[in-house]
Amino acid sequence: MSVDILMPALSPTMEEGTLSKWLKQEGDTVSSGDIIAEIETDKATMEVEAVDEGVLAKILIPEGTEGVKVNAVIAVLAEEGEDASKVEAKGDAGGQTTEESAESDEDTETEETNDEAEAPKAAVLSDPSIPEGTSFTDTTVRDALRDAMAEEMRRDESVFVMGEEVAEYQGAYKVTRELLQEFGARRVVDTPITEHGFAGLGVGAAFAGLKPIVEFMTFNFAMQAIDQIINSAAKTLYMSGGQMGCPIVFRGPNGAASRVGAQHSQDYSAWYGQIPGLKVVAPYDAADAKGLLKAAIRDPNPVVFLEHELLYGNSFPVPDLDDHILPIGKAAIKRAGTDVTLVAHSRMVGFALQAAETLAEQGIDAEVIDLRTIRPLDTETVIESVKKTNRIVCCEEGWRFFGVGAEIAATVTAEAFDYLDAPPARVHQKDVPLPYAANLEAMSLPNADDIVEAARRVCYVD
Amino acid sequence: MATKARSSKKAPSKTGKAEMLKYYRDMLLIRRFEEKAGQLYGMGKIAGFCHLYIGQEAVVTGMQACLKEGDQIITGYRDHGHMLACDMDPKGVMAELTGRTGGYSKGKGGSMHMFSKEKNFYGGHGIVGAQVPIGTGLGFANKYRGTDNVAVAYFGDGAANQGQVYEAFNMASLWDLPIVYVIENNMYAMGTSVARHASETELYKRGISFEIEGEEVDGMDVTAVREAGEKAVKYARSGKGPYILEMKTYRYRGHSMSDPAKYRKREEVDDIRSHHDPIEGLKNQLIELGHASEEELKNIDKEIKGIVKEAADFSLESPEPNSSELWTDVLKDVEVA
Repeated sequence: MSVDILMPALSPTMEEGTLSKWLKQEGDTVSSGDIIAEIETDKATMEVEAVDEGVLAKILIPEGTEGVKVNAVIAVLAEEGEDASKVEAKGDAGGQTTEESAESDEDTETEETNDEAEAPKAAVLSDPSIPEGTSFTDTTVRDALRDAMAEEMRRDESVFVMGEEVAEYQGAYKVTRELLQEFGARRVVDTPITEHGFAGLGVGAAFAGLKPIVEFMTFNFAMQAIDQIINSAAKTLYMSGGQMGCPIVFRGPNGAASRVGAQHSQDYSAWYGQIPGLKVVAPYDAADAKGLLKAAIRDPNPVVFLEHELLYGNSFPVPDLDDHILPIGKAAIKRAGTDVTLVAHSRMVGFALQAAETLAEQGIDAEVIDLRTIRPLDTETVIESVKKTNRIVCCEEGWRFFGVGAEIAATVTAEAFDYLDAPPARVHQKDVPLPYAANLEAMSLPNADDIVEAARRVCYVD
Repeated sequence: MATKARSSKKAPSKTGKAEMLKYYRDMLLIRRFEEKAGQLYGMGKIAGFCHLYIGQEAVVTGMQACLKEGDQIITGYRDHGHMLACDMDPKGVMAELTGRTGGYSKGKGGSMHMFSKEKNFYGGHGIVGAQVPIGTGLGFANKYRGTDNVAVAYFGDGAANQGQVYEAFNMASLWDLPIVYVIENNMYAMGTSVARHASETELYKRGISFEIEGEEVDGMDVTAVREAGEKAVKYARSGKGPYILEMKTYRYRGHSMSDPAKYRKREEVDDIRSHHDPIEGLKNQLIELGHASEEELKNIDKEIKGIVKEAADFSLESPEPNSSELWTDVLKDVEVA
């Protein structure tokens, strides 16, 4: 049977080209791999290699022809034992083939796109109720995180923790304190200072079915590893058509510490919040830190768990339950109110609660929502609140541009526009790298006073 | 430590007839598959990037012969050959290249992003060098679980310059992880020759400062690859830690389909093709040793062509993914405990 030789596309964008030269002539024997012609595109001259073997029976496009469409039949090859003088091209020469196949492709595409695919809505989650009579113990955020890891490591042999100084040093911020003593060096692994490497190693272990908890000494150092977090951990489930899960937790302190300068003081909520395939959690109090870290470890997806160094030592009541676990993706109303909604996450929740007290003294009743999870974002709780208060202040420690507050303000404007009595306000870090000097640092970071001021502004009281 | 193996070409091969015929068939399948992929690319049926493995077939074929059930394989974006060597279905691989629902990733991954948990093939990675720490993590998991499985991470001479490769080397050696690093040195990182991109061009020495054994291998000779591979895999399996094999190989085609390969002379390609081709070399051996006749080999060729044709037909008949697939596989559902 004869074989049509088609004008090849030699780049993702090529549609036509010049057939500049035939290197084989009619009657020549051709083996696969032989160069049979040269083609010029707008970018380069390329050689066309034969794929099949046989005799070049007919050249249909003479050399020097410009504007030869991709997929046009340029020659016909007679296969072994076939009479070269009798072969005919099966496709049309000169580009007809391309158009036809393009048309038929389009038909299918139109059909498919008519069937508008909508993004599925996330299921509404709620916190499991804490049984009546449950006692609470004041626990630091640091110990709550530690307890979460210890409980999950006891529960599941495939959970292990790795990172810099997590084992013998007991954690740079003591979050992994005593884990080495209980679980041993096999499951509490000190790594070299090599973020990109151990993040990638963790991803590989997760692909293989283990459940790594990868601690970054701070999320500032995770920028060294961000390719593995995004390109490998977050995208592979999708790129594999659902085959390859990556059950991994990347955790560590995020955001501003105290007087450590610009390179150790960045909030990455918005960065990771943008990535489909990741879950991003940023709790405020100890009970949420514990319940959400346990959920993150059990989650079959990659979770970026953003802690806050300046909260590690703060104590909050944690329920004395055997298995205190909370749903990822559900915000919490930390203070109910009617006049203005203050939305915050991580350390800013504390400032929002302080601001609410101050506002209460001034006769403004603020509702404080702790997002707890950045992705998937619980917009429903925020919108329901705004429908009640008609005003919103979005608070975050990070920069304003393309930030978490920007996303919430846009969502509220789009979905609750008619309920708003004032444009959404944003409280955030100043648009500069974080300075070292105490006075400049304080000026740069948002605080409770900034929230009070913004709340008064949207309530039109000033 | 790092040793340069003498060419095994002159040494009598211990490889038997059945094995040699299997290698011939496996290498030929990769070659014909890739030629067909190139052709489909030319017809616009495969889009984007498409990196062909033609010329390098002996590397993956020889290495695969050293592995056992449960051993894991991971590589970069020049990955079609590795998948076929792992016994993945050529139909599923080709249909992924054409972006159809019958592809290994339902058409959502493409040429550089395919996986098969069933066959222990862990991708298919598009970021140069990323597979090296990930592969090291596969080795970590083997050790953590106490299995005697070995992970094999393939990467090119170009990827050998990425920092994360050395971060992985360090941890693998420090923790004696069961992993074999196979550097497929095809002489060019895209268009930059090894001499122009590597201060130490003998890449098997790249593990010296991590105390990792390294060896140079004739990657155009499948039995040489198999022999070196067995030694390396045995070493890693016995718990001694990682091993580096530098396979000296060559790709006949450009870096990707849109590469006119102006950085090398046509004569260089022709010389390797005529004198060092892994498939022709093995074919000659098979005939010289009386293991197969021209006719028998031709029949194998025919059979392979049939398999590849079937794969190509399937890849064009399989429909594009349903539009609902746009939203699936972003996150896994959380099981309620």
